[in-house]
Amino acid sequence: MHGVDIHTQRAYERKAARARSMARGLGYFSIGLGLAELFAPQVFTRFLGLHDRETLVRSYGLREIGTGLGVLSSADPSSWIWGRVGGDALDLATLSLGMDHDNPQRDNVVLAAVAVGGITALDLYCAQELDASRRVSQAPDYSRRTGFPRGLGASRGVAAEMAHVMRPRFVTDPPRVTPRTLASAR
Amino acid sequence: MKALRWHGKHDIRCDSVPDPEIEHPRDAIIKVTSCAICGSDLHLYDGFMPGMKSGDIIGHEFMGEVMEVGSENRKLKVGDRVVVPFTIICGECDQCRRSNFSVCERTNRNKKMGDTAFGHTTAGLFGYTHLTGGYPGGQAEFVRVPYADVAPVKIPNGLTDEQVLFLGDILPTGWQAAVQCDIEPTDTVAIWGAGPVGQFAIRSAIMLGARQVVAIDNVPERLSMAAASGAITINFDEESVIERLNELTGGKGPEKCIDAVGMEAHATATLDSMYDRAKQAVMLETDRPHVLREIFYVCRPAGTVSVPGVYGGLLDKMPFGMAMNKGLTIRMGQTHVNRWTDDLLERIQQGQIDPSFVITHTARLEDGPALYETFKHKHDGCIKVVLKP
Ligand SMILES: NC(=O)c1ccc[n+]([C@@H]2O[C@H](COP(=O)([O-])OP(=O)(O)OC[C@H]3O[C@@H](n4cnc5c(N)ncnc54)[C@H](O)[C@@H]3O)[C@@H](O)[C@H]2O)c1
Ligand SMILES: [Zn+2]
Ligand SMILES: [Zn+2]
Repeated sequence: MHGVDIHTQRAYERKAARARSMARGLGYFSIGLGLAELFAPQVFTRFLGLHDRETLVRSYGLREIGTGLGVLSSADPSSWIWGRVGGDALDLATLSLGMDHDNPQRDNVVLAAVAVGGITALDLYCAQELDASRRVSQAPDYSRRTGFPRGLGASRGVAAEMAHVMRPRFVTDPPRVTPRTLASAR
Repeated sequence: MKALRWHGKHDIRCDSVPDPEIEHPRDAIIKVTSCAICGSDLHLYDGFMPGMKSGDIIGHEFMGEVMEVGSENRKLKVGDRVVVPFTIICGECDQCRRSNFSVCERTNRNKKMGDTAFGHTTAGLFGYTHLTGGYPGGQAEFVRVPYADVAPVKIPNGLTDEQVLFLGDILPTGWQAAVQCDIEPTDTVAIWGAGPVGQFAIRSAIMLGARQVVAIDNVPERLSMAAASGAITINFDEESVIERLNELTGGKGPEKCIDAVGMEAHATATLDSMYDRAKQAVMLETDRPHVLREIFYVCRPAGTVSVPGVYGGLLDKMPFGMAMNKGLTIRMGQTHVNRWTDDLLERIQQGQIDPSFVITHTARLEDGPALYETFKHKHDGCIKVVLKP
């Protein structure tokens, strides 16, 4: 960021680092979940009562691995995390298929939906934080727009004679007023 | 002619309307060469100011060339180049004679309404609600300027529109905000809001000799522009405003605090601003005084609070006891523009300050409605918009 105070600069850096490490976490999570979906889809379908959907779960696994790799390999993972938000929506839509009352595993589906909901919130938060950090790093550079043609040094106090023109008439410099009791105490 | 008209919340259109005419012998008609969108216009845009009517021509920052003058106007000649202050003043009433121009007693032609709303009327303003006269504004090709033999500032050759346009509002507004602080060379001046008014308040505080100037906002490029003139920055999304201000002042708080945000202060992470948003939504209060609360809290006892930010009506949960017990001085108001214009024009001529630094967008009048959006949402690094009719 251009020219701002060192504290503000550090705060920006902390924010960006936080968002990036959160994205990395989500990336690893994506790959882990994806591998499980790819190689053991029946664990998911049995738990959720979604029989014969193994192929669908495998394809979701591929999607998860793809986004996970994307997140981990990209310098600016924001669009990949937004991709995860989209994937979360797809997962929730798929889970709604299992919400039928005749599904004996319905309670598990509800549990899974709550978990996906939580992950969605994390993904959303992370994506927004990444975007906010990008907004900081891509903000236009106004650090030379001083407004002072003669430079900052020459401008400090250049109008000092105007500083007190609106001083209320009876407000004088406090140090000049010494209460009598105080004066005799010294 | 073409003019930007207010048709309701978030509804501004570039319409064809009849040209203005001289209505009084002291009037003048100005052909606008440059006009700007002000943060105050956003309060109208967002529907927070009472007293607007659909079809009102808006805009109160404008300059141009004199096209026509009334028979009794001895100050202006056809062809003069002038900046027109947003406060309309008679120059003769009790308040004008004391230079309290923004509360001129005569120029609000809806005086009754002003008396009812404020107890006593304030001055007429261009393009700014019927409570202050409902005068057609300056985001237009032509404007009728009432009492045109008093306020308009003649511009000498050799200065561009961009250098002098802001003499009509935001430059003297930032300046008055800082002058009202009665700045001592030992003072820390903290300024909430790094919008155009805040930017000029920062430059003014530097020129008036403050030891330390601190700018508070959450828009990175606005903070970058603040830092350009030597201000220390605080991003309220990322840093604790109270903690940083106390750190910067040896734990004592800034002597002088300026609210250059006004009634639409953003909800920060704190609970009280959420509370304000909610109440504003159901019309239980009109303004969100988050910044003022923060200022009352952090300001050094016996310090001064200067409020150029505009408030429209009722403020809720103001810690007034805090302000009273700390002995704070609160100074505020619409700017007495003409009190400062001669001096500031001279400073521009001498090269002490060049106000054009704040302009980020220049466009045609027709693009005005779109630029209200850009300015409001701070898209595309927008800080100040100038329109060329
Ligand atoms: N007194 C006058 O005569 C006069 C003249 C012109 C403008 N104004 C008023 O001055 C105010 C500022 O005008 P502007 O043109 O600079 O508008 P602006 O809307 O561009 O600037 C306001 C700035 O305040 C920032 N902000 C919002 N919430 C904040 C918070 N909680 N803490 C710190 N900063 C916060 C915003 O990000 C923005 O940058 C407005 O209320 C406007 O009506 C008054
Ligand atoms: Zn204004
Ligand atoms: Zn008057």
